Amino acid sequence: MIFEVFRQERKGQPFQHAGSVVAPDEQFAEIYAREQYGRRQESVALWLVARDDVSEIAEFPDEFDLKYRRVDGYSIKTRLREARERAGTLDMAPGGSDAA
Amino acid sequence: MDARANEFLEYVQSGGQVETGDWMPDEYRARLVKFIEMHGNSELMGVLPERDWILRAPTLQRKLALTAKIQDEVGHAQLIYRVVEDLGKPRGACLDDLVSGKAKFHNVFHYPTKTWGDVGVIAWLVDAAAIVSQKALLKCSYAPYARIMKKICWEESFHILHGRDVILAMVTGTDEQFELVQEALDRWWEPLMHFHGNPIPAEDDPMFIWRIKSQGNEEARQQFLDGYVPQIRELGLVVPDPNLRKDEERGVWLYTEPDWEKLRSVVTGHGPASEERLAFRRLSRQDVAWVERVVLAEAA
Repeated sequence: MIFEVFRQERKGQPFQHAGSVVAPDEQFAEIYAREQYGRRQESVALWLVARDDVSEIAEFPDEFDLKYRRVDGYSIKTRLREARERAGTLDMAPGGSDAA
Repeated sequence: MDARANEFLEYVQSGGQVETGDWMPDEYRARLVKFIEMHGNSELMGVLPERDWILRAPTLQRKLALTAKIQDEVGHAQLIYRVVEDLGKPRGACLDDLVSGKAKFHNVFHYPTKTWGDVGVIAWLVDAAAIVSQKALLKCSYAPYARIMKKICWEESFHILHGRDVILAMVTGTDEQFELVQEALDRWWEPLMHFHGNPIPAEDDPMFIWRIKSQGNEEARQQFLDGYVPQIRELGLVVPDPNLRKDEERGVWLYTEPDWEKLRSVVTGHGPASEERLAFRRLSRQDVAWVERVVLAEAA
């Protein structure tokens, strides 16, 4: 059986994928993982998950153009300038009249 | 090469990385397996020269450190064989090909370790040469291998320090101790110059073309010389190559051309210790076969 190993480096940190071990059962997998990923005190905890139990999602189609959910979906540069011009505050903007 | 393989090649050449389940051209997979398997074999065979010195280590501290280093190297072999297994070649098949002499392992592990000086030179300089190669794998296009190299490089840095400590203890000791180091360096220089392979241009090296490695052989050797020749010389040790010098204008090290025919002969199993090492590995494989049987039977 293949077990994926996740390790936590310090308390409070996220568990991150470290690698995998192959073992006949869970008990052996624990011994191997402890030796392989913890013998230098480099982990405070390990998670072992049988590879077959991992469900993976690897495709994220974006048919509806969901850009409005992200910061790169907004470009305010031109409009902000327009607004400042109209309000007569171009000079007050950070960096003076050259501001974005 | 078909269109799909071409697209894949462009992808890895532009820095793209590949995961185990992704489609990959057969040639890429075959080259990965061969290269990574040889790396695993080298880690496993690399402990034998050092194993010879566990019982003869001069102090308890040295014995413990050497044993820990050996455990690390065997651990590296296990991590690396795991990567090969996921690419489709079972570990048992790797070990079979290793002991039958079909698969290769690194040139430096085909040589005997005659004195404690050898142990220092191996841990310091052979591991330093290995780290240069291994760092060039951190950007490997095959991501699972690149990730595992991060852990391996981290552990190797302790080995270099351990080696340097052994060397420093000897060069600050008696004249005989100093001589042991110089004599070991004399014997190890040729294998060290062979280590990074013949100076095939990176553009012609399939390992670079597929971005399995991120630099060419000669680049790696130059990096090793740049980093370590000054460190060797500052201890008063002499590199046994009268032609070795840095051309400061071009920024490259010049050296006596190593005998590449000899390298080929060594890695195909004709080195001074090749047969003995393989025989030992064969024997231990037979000796522990029962463990595998019992463990698998109990788990079933």
